[in-house]
Amino acid sequence: MNDHIVSKEDQVLLDKFLADNTLFLGPDPEIMRNHKIQPRSPTEDAILKKGLDRHEVHHIRGLINAALSEAFTMVNQMGAAPGAKWGDLVTGVYTAQGDLAMIAPHGIIAFAACCFYPIRFIIKNWINDPTVGVKDGDGFIHNDARYGGVHNTDQSMMLPVFYKGELVCWVSSTVHEGENGACEPGGMPAAAESKYDEGIKMSPFKVVENFQLKRDLVTFLQNSVRDPKLQLEDMKVKLHAAMRLRERMIAILDQFGKEVVMGTLRSHLEDTEAEMRRRIAEMPDGTTRVLQFMDSSLRENCIQKISLAITVKGDRMIMDFRGTAPQFMNRAVNTNIASFKAALCTGLLQNVWPDLPHTMAVLSPIEIISDRNSIIDAEGEMPQAMSLMPMFKACVAWTIPMNKFNYSVPHKYSATIASQYDQAATFIYGGLTQHGDVTGNFCADINGNGQGARSHADGEHSVSPVFGFMCDSGEHEINEEDTPIVRLGAQRLAKDRVGWGKYRGGMGYEQIATSRGSPYWGFMTGCEGSKFPSAQGLFGGYSCPSYQLLKIKGINIFEELKQNPKVLEVFDIVKLMNEKPIKNGQYSSNDMGMTFELCAEGEIYMICQGSGGGYGDVLERDPALVMKDLAEDLISHENARDIYQVVYDEKTLLVDEAATKAQRDAYRQQRIARGKPFDAFCKDWVTPEPPRHLPYFGSWNDNAVIHANNPAVGMFTSMPATQMTGVFMPNPKDLRIAQLEAQLAECQKQAG
Amino acid sequence: MKVLVTEYLRINLDSEQWECRRCGHVHGSARDNYKKGLLVYDRDPREIHKPLLDTKLYERTYSPDPKWCRILEYYCAACGTMVEAEYLPPGHPPLHDIELDIDALKLQWQDRKEVTEPAIGPDLALEKAKNSRALHAGHEHGSHGHKH
Repeated sequence: MNDHIVSKEDQVLLDKFLADNTLFLGPDPEIMRNHKIQPRSPTEDAILKKGLDRHEVHHIRGLINAALSEAFTMVNQMGAAPGAKWGDLVTGVYTAQGDLAMIAPHGIIAFAACCFYPIRFIIKNWINDPTVGVKDGDGFIHNDARYGGVHNTDQSMMLPVFYKGELVCWVSSTVHEGENGACEPGGMPAAAESKYDEGIKMSPFKVVENFQLKRDLVTFLQNSVRDPKLQLEDMKVKLHAAMRLRERMIAILDQFGKEVVMGTLRSHLEDTEAEMRRRIAEMPDGTTRVLQFMDSSLRENCIQKISLAITVKGDRMIMDFRGTAPQFMNRAVNTNIASFKAALCTGLLQNVWPDLPHTMAVLSPIEIISDRNSIIDAEGEMPQAMSLMPMFKACVAWTIPMNKFNYSVPHKYSATIASQYDQAATFIYGGLTQHGDVTGNFCADINGNGQGARSHADGEHSVSPVFGFMCDSGEHEINEEDTPIVRLGAQRLAKDRVGWGKYRGGMGYEQIATSRGSPYWGFMTGCEGSKFPSAQGLFGGYSCPSYQLLKIKGINIFEELKQNPKVLEVFDIVKLMNEKPIKNGQYSSNDMGMTFELCAEGEIYMICQGSGGGYGDVLERDPALVMKDLAEDLISHENARDIYQVVYDEKTLLVDEAATKAQRDAYRQQRIARGKPFDAFCKDWVTPEPPRHLPYFGSWNDNAVIHANNPAVGMFTSMPATQMTGVFMPNPKDLRIAQLEAQLAECQKQAG
Repeated sequence: MKVLVTEYLRINLDSEQWECRRCGHVHGSARDNYKKGLLVYDRDPREIHKPLLDTKLYERTYSPDPKWCRILEYYCAACGTMVEAEYLPPGHPPLHDIELDIDALKLQWQDRKEVTEPAIGPDLALEKAKNSRALHAGHEHGSHGHKH
């Protein structure tokens, strides 16, 4: 029993005591769980109550946008990180109290969409701390996503902007740097089994004073990563881009005055939130739902369910993720909820309303519910180096349920699109380069996800990354100059790997790589979707297929080609794997989640970018479009006939329209004959629990009950969603050893 | 008044029924799950995403694993149009994916004109991707000295 009531004075004393005696300023739930814009500060309130000239506001917004674009271009042009070259960066402007107001018109929205968290941390903890402080000329660095961020491979530089002695706003520059000293090179270690395997973990700290990098701290950071040159160069680049942005902001402040600029930043947020609410109110009231099934922890195959119900009532929108899989205690595929929300922000702006201003205010009116300790709301000790996996799902989570809301709305703000391919399909690499440098990073191919099919057209091939429509894919030539990677095949569209539909998904390209000129080089890949397809179709369209990682080990392709230049006709994955033209090669087809592995010179690794989901019934696809796909060698005759049910001449590609119509009509009748009424079907189909053969994590028929089944260790448990705990996974190598030992024991028994 | 809900479904506000947009077949009450009025077929995913690699040589062939994933195909009982393709682990309950408040929908459409064909919105995401490529194509990469 504790009925002691603390007086106001005592409470103040208690709060001060706790504040003065905090042992560790870890990620602050008060900051990290609040994705909404804050109430107006007294200054903002006073400015907005006086009123603003809307023309002036528009003018200022344009100037800030231009300044953000300029700073973006500086990093894009000068950055050393491979990601910088193809736009895997962003610049942002924040209000004085740390709300993200405006993002550059290029690059990665999500970076800025979670960079306001560390700024709020700095405001809350360092401004009044006499050992730190925030003053003109300071700069702060940060990379740990637990304080706000997509993942720890990204680094942000944040500068306060003072005007006539007063803090008026913040600016930032963020780049996907790659290497960060983790247990695997490249910054995204799927092998991380704890947060302490993730490499350097910068909480927000001051690394710049008087606009100069503090060399002692820079050295410490360089000493913590595999690529010290990259660390130094990009810290300089980010600082100078942020400084340019600061100069532009000061010029705008000089021209228009502090009040109008601060008022513009705040009104930009409020206007965007108001427009969001207006659009939500245009949608019908009700609930739409989608399920996403991730099939790999990147260490083993297992199903992790993400459950989403979106409810609209008037101008309220609630996203309910309860029922989602539990966090893994020793797998890297968890994310914290703040990072997950940044991906939601990206997905909304990329897939639903790209015309809205790019600010955090788009997410502000949305209520988000999740189970604590689920894979999307993991607590801080959980590894989250490959948080991309659930975050990419967040990018596309909108597409199905929002289209089911928005289809009825008379005015369409943007096209109706099925899900984009949502995997990080690229080679992550590391080792010693041909120039003798140690490095680790990833390739630009990640930016070639196929677009989902549209309600009026096929999806575009390899259009952009799922996490940023404002990026390009880099040049392989640059990659080959810098690293021992040699591209044996690239940008060949992956034939027959299609999200089928009335309109098909945009397709992905093949990536075939090896190494040359390095004594020590290796690759890793971090994708799921090898057993359960990832990109979902819309309104009867099919998903993309499954994708694999293919290898030809134990060979040196350069030696093979030297001995016989005609040893193979073309670097085509399917042909290479089926025809096995290189003798004595070890050919294997694997899950697309591979931890770091050495690649000897001339060994071949092959993956694909994937297709977006299809749209609509395949039987409604215009036969002329099917012929076009054939003519472009995107699909085989077998699929043209079996999937699309088109009758045509294979040589001339002339369609027999009447025969096609008759065949399609007959096929529809076959569907009717084989389909069962829903209730009768469910009686046979639905099981009370997940099947025992399946490693399965998440709810099944009740979002309040979370299953954690791992048949490999005989684990079949369930727990209330409100009391979810993490799941510990066995080492796949231990399981393999146990399996082999059992086989050996059996053989020994049989041998007597 | 009929409200379009998907490519193949609409709600008749007067009768409060789900209808097929292709043939007009009535699937059932708009206050209930539309799937109840459809036919369902459990499709082996290997029939749709066919193995591209030799199944005698490899277990993983670009086809989904049928022990992990099934495709539930939903057909209109009258015209056979495929309304949805739902990918689920075997035995997982089908999702009640659209549950609209019909009373609120009626109020919302009171002052709206009936829409028989949906407008097609601009593909702004694609436009932005193309703008970004154009920007990149115009740049010169300083250290490499060549234009792309």
